[in-house]
Formats: sequence, structure tokens, C-alpha cells
Amino acid sequence: MIEQHLSILLVVVPLLAAPITAILPRPRIAWLLTLLITWSCLLLAIWQLQIVLAGNTISYDLGGWAPPWGIEYRIDTLNAFIAVIVAATAAITLPYALRSVEQEIVPQHIPLFYTAFLLCLTGLLGITLTGDIFNLFVFLEISSLSSYALISMGRQRQALTAAFQYLVMGTIGATFLLIGIGLIYSETGTLNMLDLAERLPSVFEHRTVHTAFAFIMIGVALKLALFPLHLWLPNAYTFAPTVITIFLAATATKVAIYVMLRMVYTVFSIGFAEDTPLNEMFMLLGVIGVLMASFYAIYQTNSKRLLAYSSVAQIGYMVLGIGFGSVLGLTATVVHIFNHALMKAALFMAVGALIYRVGSSRLQDWHGLGRQMPWTFAALVIAGLSLIGLPGTAGFISKWYLVAAAVEQHNWLIAVIILVGSLLAVVYVWKMVEVLFFRDANTTTEVIREAPLLLLVPTWLLVLANLYFGFNTELTVDIARTAASMLETNTP
Amino acid sequence: MSTSWLVLFTLLIPLAAALLIALFGRWPNLRDAISPLAGGAITLIVIPLYQRFQAGSRLELNLLEPLPGLPIQFELEPLGLLFALIVGPLWLITSLYAIGYMRSHHEQNQTRFYAMFAISIGSTLGAAFSGNLFTLFLCYEILTISTYPLVAHAGTPEAQRGARTYLAILLGTSIGLLLLAIIITWSISGTLDFRPGGILNGKLDPAWAGVLYALFLFGIGKAAVMPFHRWLPAAMVAPTPVSALLHAVAVVKTGVFMVLKITIYIFGTEFMLTNNISEWLIWFAGATILLASLIAMTKDNLKERLAYSTVSQLSYIVLGAMLANEAGLLGGSLHIVMHAFAKITLFFAAGAILVTTHKTEISDMTGLGRTMPLTFGLFLIASLSLIGIPPLGGMWSKWYLGLGAVEAGQWALLSVLLLSSLLNIAYLLAVPARAFFGKPNNATIPQQIKEAPRSCLLAMALTSLACLVLFFYSTPFTSLALTAVGGP
Repeated sequence: MIEQHLSILLVVVPLLAAPITAILPRPRIAWLLTLLITWSCLLLAIWQLQIVLAGNTISYDLGGWAPPWGIEYRIDTLNAFIAVIVAATAAITLPYALRSVEQEIVPQHIPLFYTAFLLCLTGLLGITLTGDIFNLFVFLEISSLSSYALISMGRQRQALTAAFQYLVMGTIGATFLLIGIGLIYSETGTLNMLDLAERLPSVFEHRTVHTAFAFIMIGVALKLALFPLHLWLPNAYTFAPTVITIFLAATATKVAIYVMLRMVYTVFSIGFAEDTPLNEMFMLLGVIGVLMASFYAIYQTNSKRLLAYSSVAQIGYMVLGIGFGSVLGLTATVVHIFNHALMKAALFMAVGALIYRVGSSRLQDWHGLGRQMPWTFAALVIAGLSLIGLPGTAGFISKWYLVAAAVEQHNWLIAVIILVGSLLAVVYVWKMVEVLFFRDANTTTEVIREAPLLLLVPTWLLVLANLYFGFNTELTVDIARTAASMLETNTP
Repeated sequence: MSTSWLVLFTLLIPLAAALLIALFGRWPNLRDAISPLAGGAITLIVIPLYQRFQAGSRLELNLLEPLPGLPIQFELEPLGLLFALIVGPLWLITSLYAIGYMRSHHEQNQTRFYAMFAISIGSTLGAAFSGNLFTLFLCYEILTISTYPLVAHAGTPEAQRGARTYLAILLGTSIGLLLLAIIITWSISGTLDFRPGGILNGKLDPAWAGVLYALFLFGIGKAAVMPFHRWLPAAMVAPTPVSALLHAVAVVKTGVFMVLKITIYIFGTEFMLTNNISEWLIWFAGATILLASLIAMTKDNLKERLAYSTVSQLSYIVLGAMLANEAGLLGGSLHIVMHAFAKITLFFAAGAILVTTHKTEISDMTGLGRTMPLTFGLFLIASLSLIGIPPLGGMWSKWYLGLGAVEAGQWALLSVLLLSSLLNIAYLLAVPARAFFGKPNNATIPQQIKEAPRSCLLAMALTSLACLVLFFYSTPFTSLALTAVGGP
């Protein structure tokens, strides 16, 4: 019974729980309910992944309406994997959220905060699971609107401008996506992805389809903060409540990458994309993104903003992987989606623990904290090493596949640029490490205690996962490779 | 006990030691006993490992497989065993020395110091027993990271600068060049295993082989071939035990060890020789030998002078590797051992002088030989070994290196080696000469004998004794090196 409706439950459970949390009287009860919901989502998502890994593709007809007339949820290895990433991030963030949210958000807003959080989760899970592009747009809006609200709850007043900036950019992106969807609907009369994949080739010559493709690509690129369209991201990540920064950094852009992959490979097919300058654009923007965003990151004095720019750079790597257009490149992208979620969530959690104790995310207020909060410091260092891509960490696996994909095509320049990006990461990660390690001469010797366990345990779970997935890649790489070859050959 | 457990123990004991040190941080006496105990245990393990190896036992141990075809693999291999045979005992001696040094110098954060020290040794031993290039690279990077807090130990702005240079060069070269070289090697040959005869022969255009070798050579920043040598003098801000064991033995030797391994087991000597891969690269090593010696002469700070001396001596080993003939490789491998014992003694002496008299500049040490005769006497012995004067161990490695240069018909390189020996005399012997025969120019030198702490003296005496013994009995090392280079 549950197994049959697994995919829809993943969306419906958090959706129904969302309004309930809003009316709960006490913040802690709202938190507890959200915790239960996220953990059950994680269980469902893992269950779903197991079914898919056994070699099945799940196709669920919403309301019993057969596709292509009704909405279909279609789950293969790729989106089952992304769904696990989203659900797992939510599940691991929630224990962390209790203390952090209580400190950062006014008590009467906390139930509403969790409502928005659950809606955001619903939206992100919905995007990954649906096989209908209009439904995808709807979920994209659900997740976006709730994340605007969540970002605006940040402690500083700039959170409002940051949320508004994101709202404007996000809406432009969503509108572009909608225009694109409308155009291909007018050409084919269908919204189902598989159906589109069948019908579109006959109208590939039409200029409308090319226009639609451009609209969709730019709309999604705005959502995933691809380099020149990333302007909303640093502010949003900097001023959002810590928990939201962790959650969005690990999931939102990744889901957008997934949408990109789905649109290019499943809906339009790679044959179509190869006639457009898409791969060259991805390569170019990826490379520029990696370099420029890393340079920006080096010059930041606010830790959250620094990591936000680093996220833009990491998105560059993922897009670069798509740009190679090879199985190895796609594998690198999918692996990096997972690994980057691990490392960025761990980093933002460690930074959040420091903010929890010091009340500031500015590096100048952090001098010598490494001695007073050794566990948080160690977590930050290890997650940072993973971001750099040192062997023994998850980040190394991503780097390895990316460079191998470049070397495979004898693209030496790109290989070198990927490694240069790693070196720039050394600089900005070490900027934080040095501040924490060395004591400033004029800091007062105020005693600051180690972060509370409720913050430390989730952080360290992620840090250990960073190490674990650096040694055991059976799960990540195998799934990524299956998903990549599936995309490449376009056989669901 | 099975051989595979013995190898695993050499990796696990340092890690366990680090953990125990962190736990017992509150009780300094208990904490300080852990490092020598662990060092002793490692020594007691590597010796039977050597005996078993000579009796013919071989081992290949796969732990995990992070990337398909690239397992974390450890093996019993002559060069690695040679390396482990010096690291184990020297850790024991250095930790004895460190107790005396750190306590009389009233260093802060000693728990962190000893814990990171143990991790560094663990990764060095991991590098020594690595069964493929991937595992070696993993240990190489762990070593870089775990030594960073040791270099930055003092926490002063100067330490911050030094540590920054250290990390920038070591990580920069290893990620920017070495990792690229490794991935290229992997994509060409489909494997990163260390195999006798190499894995690249016949798969790589000889014209490109030189470029790949250069990527490896400069990517291994720990080998300190110029122009990537700056990190080593910068690392001298670390406490002396670190400079002694890590920056004269473990870290730098991991670098040259890697160069040797890559030459013998990745490129293969035959491939190297028939295609003259190191034709122009060898001059980087030659230039480093001479330039670093010349720079060493200008340094007044004793530790800095020793650091440049290390840069110069490391290139002897790199030179031996690039000669790629039997004598050259034998000389290079032996020089790992000979240089280790001599240079660690010199650093011990520098630290002993520092804790006893708080002097770091050579010009201030004039006449100090009368106050610390033992320290300077042992300094003299180690210097002579480094110069290569019999009856001290350093002679053998220079002998074989010279022989290698002659066999290769590289007369210019032979003269580089000889010239460098003369320079060694100039910059090393100047120190004890000044101390014993110079007239103190001010009254700050105490007139009575005031030697270093006893544990420091003991450590120095042991290592300089080893220099002497190695002249008469270097069989274990010679036979291991010979097996590695494929000789009789």
C-alpha cells in the first residue's frame, strides 16, 4: 500500500504537515512535528531509491489519470538519488535547527518558520519527482516562494532586501521557465516529459522550439545561480537564518542542476542540445564561474558570504561537468551534487555553530576561537579540506572525475583550471582557518564555550560522511554512473 | 603475528598514540610517555618486518577501493622498508629529545603538538608502505595538513607567515602539478600500481615523458627542488623537534622517496635511460645542490642554514634518481638514510643550543664550544658525515652517487657533487670551528660548562653514533636499496 503510493507520499506528507505546524501553539511542538516529518520523508526517499536501484522505474499516475493526460510522477535512478539528498539534508538539519532557530527567530514566528520550511521541502521534493513540466514549474514556485519568506526571517534587516532581491531574480527566472514551457506546449500540446521527448524531435526545426529552449535554459540558470546570473545568491545566503542557509546551500541549487539535466537530456535530448552552443556555453560559464567566484570568495570578510561565493564556484564545476557532454563528465556532476551538499552543509553548520556562540559571522570577530571551540574548528577544517578536494575526502572524488573527464577529451586547459580552482579554495578556506587558529593581539580573553551538542552532533555526522564518502564511493559513484549513462543514452 | 597485521600496526600505533595523547592531555607525564612508547613499538615492529622481508615474505594489502581500480593499498617493498627503518627509531629518539626540549623551552599547547606529531609519523609510515601511487599521494597530503599546526605552533605573526608559505607551496604544487600528473598517468596506463620496470613504458611518447616527469618532479614540493624550495626555510619557525624529525627526515624524505618510487616503479629505469627523459631536468637538481649550498653560506641563523643545507642534500637524492642507473639509485636511496641521521643530529644540536643559551645566530655562538663541548663535538661528527668523510656513513652515499655520475658519463655532475662537498665544509664546519676556536666578543658566554638537558644530549649521542656505525655496518640499508634497484 505505502510502496505503491511512495512517490506521492513524499510530496503529500510535508505538504499536509505544513499548515498543521502553523497552528501548533508551542515552538518546540512545531519543531518536533517537522522533525518527524523530515525523518519519515528520508525513510520514504531511501525506500524509493532502493526500489529504483533494483532496476525498476517508478511511474505513478496522479489521481489515477493515465499520462500523458494526467500528471505522472516518474522516478529513475537520478531523481531518486536527488530526492534522497534533499530529504537527508532536511533530516540532518532539523536537530541542528532547534537551538539555532530559537536563538535567531522570534518565538511567535517559529511555527510559521517550520511551516515555510516544510513547504520548501515539499517544493524541492516535488521538482525532483514529477514527470510533468508544468507541475515542475508549480513546485518550483512553491519552493521559491517559501524560501523568499524563510530568507526574510533573518536576524538582520538586510535579510529583507536580500529576500526581495532573490524574489525579483527568482520571479524573472520562473517567468522565463513558464514562457518556455508555454511555447513548447503550443508546439506539441503536451506537458509530460516522456511524451515531449517523443513529440519534440518532429518540430526541432521550428524556431519556436529553439526560443523555448533558450527561455528554459536561462530561467533554470537563474535558479541555479550560474555565474553571471548568481547575483541574488550571496546576499540570500549571507542574511538568511543559519538553518536556511544550510538547507538551501545543500539542496536548492542542486535541484536546479537536476532540472537542467532533465530538460537538456530527457525533454530535448542531447542531439538537439548539440546543435545549439549549449555545451560550449556551459564550459565557458563554468570556467569563468569557477575562477571569478573563487576570487570573489577570497576577498570576503564575512564567512557566510565567503562560503556563498564558494557555492557559486562549485556550481561552476557542476555545469562544467555537464558541458563535457560525456558520461564521465555527467558522473562528475552527479557525484559533485551529492558531495557538495555534504561539504557545504557541514561548513555552514560549523560556521553556524560559531555564529551561535559569537553572534557574528564576520571573520574579524573570530580571532583565536579555534582554541575555545576545538570541535567546531576541527569540523570546519575537515569540511574545508573536502571543499578543496584533498584525497581522503568526498571532494577529492568529485575533483578526480572532473579532471579525468577533462583529460579524457585532452582538454588540458580545463583540467588545469579545475585544479587552479582547488588552489583558490585553499586560499579562502585557509582565510577562515588562520583567523580561528591564530589569536589576534587585541582580543579580549572572554571565555567562549564549545558549541552545544545539538549543533555539534549533526555537524560531525556530516563531517564523518565527508570522510566516509571519500573512501567508500560504492553508493555515490555507482549511482552517479548509472544515472549518467542513462541520461546520455536517454533510456529511462 | 601475520605480516599484514605488522604493517597495519605501524599505521595504527601512531594514530592510537595521537588519540591517547589527546585524552591524557591533562597529565603531562603520562602524555609525554606515550610518544616514546609508540616510537619504541614501531621500532620493534619494523625490525622483524625487515627480517621477514629478507626471508622472502612479501605482502600486498588492499583496504578499501575509493575509486574503481585504485585501492588503498599497502605493500612490503624494499625502498619503503628502508624508509620505515629510519623513521621508527628516529621517532623514538626524537620524542625523548622533544620532552627535554619542550619542557625547558616552556612551549604552549604541548598536547596538540605531540598529537599532531604522532599523526605526521603515521602518515609518513603510510607513505613508506604505500602499494600504489594513489595511496602514496593520500599519505603525502595528510602529512602536509598534519604538519601545518606544528609549523604554526608558536602562533606568532612570524609563524603565521611561515606556515602560510609552507602550506601554499606544498598544497599548490601537489594539487596543481602532482595531482594532474597522477591523473594523466592513470588515464594513459589505466593503473597506478608500483610495478618493477614501470607502467608507462611503451604507452607514452618519450617526448612527452619528460614533461610528465617534470610535472611529477616539481609537483612533489616536498623534494624541495628549486624553485619550489621556499617552504623548507619557512618551516623553520617550528619548534626544533619538528625541524629535526619532520623537516630533516619524515616530510622531506617522503618527497624524495616519492621521486625515487616514481622513477623506479612508474617510469622504470629502462624507459628513463633509453629515452633520456631526465636529460634537461637533471640540471634543476644540479643547480639546486649548488645554489642552496651557496645560500646556506650566507645565512647567519643556524636553523635556516641547516634548512638550506637540507634543500641542497635533498637534490643529491633527486639527482641519484634521475641518473637512473644502478649506482645512482643506490646512492640516492642510501643518502635518505645517511642524511637523515646526520641532519637530525645537527638540528638536535641547534635546538640544544637554543634551549640552553637562547642563541639562534651563528655569529653569537663564537666561543660557545667551551661551554657546550659535547653538543658542538657531536655537531662536528654529524657535519663530517654530511660532508662525506670516512669513517662516517655519509661517505657511502656520496661514493655511489659519484659512481653513478661517472657511469652516466656526466662529468659536469660529478664536479657539481665534489664542489658541493667543498661548500659543505665551508658552511657546516664553520659553526664548530667558530664555537671552539673563536674568541667570544662579549661577556655573555658563561665560562663554566653548561650543557643541554640530558635527554637532548642522549638523543644527539645516539644519532651521531649511528653516523659512525653506518660506515662499518650499513648492510640492511644497502641490501634493501640493492633489491629495489634490481641489482644483485
